[in-house]
Amino acid sequence: MIDMLLEIVDLHVSYGNIEVLHGINLKVAQGEIVTILGANGAGKSTTLLTISGLVRAAKGAIYFDKTPLHKLHAHKVVKEGIAQVPEGRRVFGTLTVQENLNLGAFVSRDSARVKRTREWIHQLFPILAERRHQLAGTLSGGEQQMLAIGRALMSEPRILLLDEPSLGLAPLLVKTIFQTLRQINETGVTVLLVEQNARAALKLANRGYVLELGKIVLEDEAKALISNPEVQQAYLGGIA
Amino acid sequence: MIQPKTIALIITTGILVSLPHFLNPYWVDVLNNIGIYAILGLSLNIIVGHTGLFNLGHASFYAVGAYTAAILNTKYQIPILWLIPVCGLSAGLFAMIIARPIIHLRGDYLCIVTIGVNEIVRIALINNVFGLTGGSNGIFGIDRPNVFGMTIRTPMEFYYLILVFGAVTIFLFRQLEYSRFGRALNYLREDETAAEGSGINTAHYKLAAFVVGAVWAGMVGNIYAAKMTIISPESFAFWESVIIFAIVILGGSGSIPGVILGAVLIVGLPELFRDLASARMFFFGAAMVAMMIFRTQGILPPRPRQYALPQNHASEEGGK
Repeated sequence: MIDMLLEIVDLHVSYGNIEVLHGINLKVAQGEIVTILGANGAGKSTTLLTISGLVRAAKGAIYFDKTPLHKLHAHKVVKEGIAQVPEGRRVFGTLTVQENLNLGAFVSRDSARVKRTREWIHQLFPILAERRHQLAGTLSGGEQQMLAIGRALMSEPRILLLDEPSLGLAPLLVKTIFQTLRQINETGVTVLLVEQNARAALKLANRGYVLELGKIVLEDEAKALISNPEVQQAYLGGIA
Repeated sequence: MIQPKTIALIITTGILVSLPHFLNPYWVDVLNNIGIYAILGLSLNIIVGHTGLFNLGHASFYAVGAYTAAILNTKYQIPILWLIPVCGLSAGLFAMIIARPIIHLRGDYLCIVTIGVNEIVRIALINNVFGLTGGSNGIFGIDRPNVFGMTIRTPMEFYYLILVFGAVTIFLFRQLEYSRFGRALNYLREDETAAEGSGINTAHYKLAAFVVGAVWAGMVGNIYAAKMTIISPESFAFWESVIIFAIVILGGSGSIPGVILGAVLIVGLPELFRDLASARMFFFGAAMVAMMIFRTQGILPPRPRQYALPQNHASEEGGK
């Protein structure tokens, strides 16, 4: 068996009295692209937030390269090499593109390295280089999504968690962003992607999990999931 | 070549240094009050302006500093200016103890708790806690400060003391604004979750901002005690916190020149309107209402940081 980079074991998460994740098991190997599919309220975002330490687990464990993450605070999780691109982008609208990117590198004190990473991100998303002195709030939705991804990459993560990067974007832009995600993955960054746009996500991913009402109901190779009749019925709009 | 900024700085310094020689002692004392409130405003600006934590109990930290100075000076005859670091330390420690459990509260809730803290401090002082604070009469007979063998007594002498303290404050807080610490505060003010998710320990930085602001207010408390030679709980009531808060919001939160202008207006304007007798607060209130309608971001809001447009990639400025 391959060594797992990220391993979630029997994870339970509650908001107040209501349990939303009922014992999830999930594995991501080094270098993979894994996607989590599911309807609204299935617990996809909660899973990512718990990995990042922004939500606490009630029970269960999360291991990142054998380090137990579920005991760490969110700001420590970033130092371990995990970066999250939050749902709805959440860039700092009143700060410039450059300042937003610099925030992503907050954990790094090596300015030469930060500069190199920033140049790499400028290559990935040339528009961010062009607009680096512009306030992030004045960017278009797609550009803000690129900035959010760029900001997450600034901490040089080993794994990138993305929550609905296609949200509210034109299909053409979704394609561009997903292509860039593949490019990022090819440099060795593992990707865990939560998506409602199941088709785009499955085309990109190696493997996928289907989450329904806080439980994993299906887990397979992405190719197999695309041709799975149940998945087609529920997430791909009938005929594939 | 001398930059226009440097020239402006030299001229401002020249005006500020020579100003008391053209005014009578009464107006010099008004300037002293403006100076004290400006520094208090700058200390609160770290908490409210930069970090976005609504603190309506800043006078309690100011009080802790002033009473530390008064008690140690009257009981042990320690020269008052030597006590400045001690006052900062006691106020900072007090802030750490009270802020630690409440720092996670959101905006309005934090605001209510800080009002409560302010009231608790005032009432504790009135009730003569530990038999140290002298009850509602306060503490009197505080020594005049002594600088290099010269006793500071007249308003004009105090003016220079406050001016030096203010200049040091502005210099240090400017450095702070552009530091890693200052940037962390701004990020978490804009979006706490995104900041936390980018590796900023938000609880730590929020607490640190609170403590830095309190330390500074405590040190101003020392200067105030030395200037008045008598302090009483009523000088540190909720109203004081409101005034300091208004200075920050009115002037332009997050901006050093804005906060100083706020202090000039809030402390200085009621003095200008003194001829209007009891109607002066009415005009003052009307001015504030007008302000909030026409300039909600304050009179001098912080300018977005400026960058020189690079000619090519090589000259690109990193960092700041």
